[in-house]
Amino acid sequence: MSILVDKNTKLVVQGITGREGAFHATRNKAYGTNVVAGVTPGKAGQDVEGIPVFNTVRDAVEETGANTAMVFVPPRFATDALYEAIESGVDLIICITEGIPAHDMMQVYTHLRRGNQTLIGPNCPGIISPGRASVGIMPTQVFNPGRVGLVSRSGTLTYQISKELAALGIGQSSVVGIGGDPVVGSSFIDIVTRFDADPETDLIVMVGEIGGNEEEKAAEFIAANVSTPVVSYIAGFQAPPGKQMGHAGAIITGSSGTAQGKKEALEAKGVRVGTNPTEVAELAQQALAAQ
Amino acid sequence: MALPSDGAICFVNTSQGRRLDLFEYQGKQLFARHGIPVPRGEVADTPEAARAAAERIGGKVVVKAQVQIGGRGKAGGIQLADTPEEAEAHARKILGMDIRGHIVHTVWIEAASEIAKEYYASVTFDRGEKKPLVMLSAAGGMDIEEVARTRPEALATVHIDPLTGFQAHHARWLVYHAAIDQGAQQGVVKILQQLYQAFTELDTMLVEINPLIWTASGDVVALDAKVTIDNNALYRHPELLEMQQSVTEDPQERLAQEKGVTYVKLDGDVGILGNGAGLVMSTLDVVALAGGRPANFLDAGGGSKADEVVAALEVLLSDPKVKVLLVNIFGGITRCDEVATGLLTALDKLGATLPIVVRLDGTNEDEGRRIIAEQAPANVVVEATMLSAAKRAVELAQGVEA
Repeated sequence: MSILVDKNTKLVVQGITGREGAFHATRNKAYGTNVVAGVTPGKAGQDVEGIPVFNTVRDAVEETGANTAMVFVPPRFATDALYEAIESGVDLIICITEGIPAHDMMQVYTHLRRGNQTLIGPNCPGIISPGRASVGIMPTQVFNPGRVGLVSRSGTLTYQISKELAALGIGQSSVVGIGGDPVVGSSFIDIVTRFDADPETDLIVMVGEIGGNEEEKAAEFIAANVSTPVVSYIAGFQAPPGKQMGHAGAIITGSSGTAQGKKEALEAKGVRVGTNPTEVAELAQQALAAQ
Repeated sequence: MALPSDGAICFVNTSQGRRLDLFEYQGKQLFARHGIPVPRGEVADTPEAARAAAERIGGKVVVKAQVQIGGRGKAGGIQLADTPEEAEAHARKILGMDIRGHIVHTVWIEAASEIAKEYYASVTFDRGEKKPLVMLSAAGGMDIEEVARTRPEALATVHIDPLTGFQAHHARWLVYHAAIDQGAQQGVVKILQQLYQAFTELDTMLVEINPLIWTASGDVVALDAKVTIDNNALYRHPELLEMQQSVTEDPQERLAQEKGVTYVKLDGDVGILGNGAGLVMSTLDVVALAGGRPANFLDAGGGSKADEVVAALEVLLSDPKVKVLLVNIFGGITRCDEVATGLLTALDKLGATLPIVVRLDGTNEDEGRRIIAEQAPANVVVEATMLSAAKRAVELAQGVEA
């Protein structure tokens, strides 16, 4: 098995006729993903490498039975695209777009949480279930089928760690880039929960970075609820403490948000944290060998 | 209370949505446009201009250092002046002052207020809840963080549903629970509503008034203004874009902003260019683990094209401390061949002769490596892994030093 995307995925790509949309939709299809439709307003009837284009997401879903939407729409139109995807009724929405205003995403998130659809991203590289489906922009050659579930806030760091895992002969059940923005649709806890329920995931690798307190919250959650072993990596030890203008952040902050603080929170809950991507892969190898 | 954590790290700028802190006087200008009462004032960048401003304002004035950092009052950056001469003398001392690494280039001269009570009011983006959080306290002033820690009941807080917005009942709840003085309640309610409106209409991540004062004559006035803007929303706020231009001080950071590159200057000698905030941060960590000192954080961004690589290198090479460059790319949406082409174009254009260590992986990696191997000058070396590239760059930097 795998999580979120697999052979049952029927993908509609919003913004398919743009440069990036066309390039990556075609690559996803070449990987074996069932890309059933694309959407660009005003371009219905065209096709991108054989993928039919529709004017609206609803048309695409009605015609093709798409159950997953990928958003490749520029930031100032992406909020509209997200609401359109939500209203089309697809189960899963993956938003690659970077640069959506935080206030817009607060509203989308609040709306989304009233239903039970899943949003991954925005500002994320997508999801790959190696050998089954790839939805997004990940360079597929570094991923191999296997039993590690990888979840990360950073796209390029995900590739780096997957390459290190590949060098040790370790593959993944699924790899999920949750995105680096302050408001993302799914958290570490959401994805770790899915991996824990997946019988083909034996180990979870969680890749975090400075800022926010999602890693700290995940550490608590893992200790209390997750039986699958977890190893982690945190980027940003060399990030200098920055300027802080207001008091509001400090007043309500429960965590320092630093890499060191996150590492300590995870280690306190028994999650081993590697100091560099190579070492994380070695920790994963040890954890798998111990099973 | 929920536990958001925000703003403590300047890399938040790069990895979690870029944001920008405005100067107090800019924040006050914005507040005034949203109907929030602020004292009359003017900006000055010389002692003489400060004196002229004080003359125009009349009466007692306050001279306030304009820096993007807290604690300026404790550092002596805020002074009361009885006369224009005194205002000039204070401005002479404050201009050029270094407040926790921030040099004061401008002062704000404003009419002094007769303070009866100091309150605290803010609207911030609560990352944990993914909602706006409004906070109000009757115990404002310099020690608000201490108050929040030791007497949390003195700080009233309420989360707002971003789809339905701030309602009058939220304001009433806050005012009663913060125990705001009765005579000031109406004024505070009005300001809270205006403050929330400013928070959403300006696409800010934080609007904060500390202190919000109740004057002897019974008015409620914002004596300070802290405003942090979400850079992702600048496209719909041209007036804020102009303010942003005047805020960035460091020459490399200013150049980076003009070129649209995400850059933070550090104090080492290994210049770093990577793609994706996570990988770049990891690269800094790995360079440090190898015994080196990173000169900067530079994220060329997703989908870096040749032109962007040229812009990024221009920024990096404008820092005289950089001895070695480490280019660490793992292409997803970024294509390695375009990075390689950009690198060659930049070297050609800028004539850089310093050692450059390159590591390319990911989308179109073979093509990218081929371009480097066939066309790059001798000062460009290719390493196969991130660790070996970091090690090589550190060795080269130390070699250059010796």
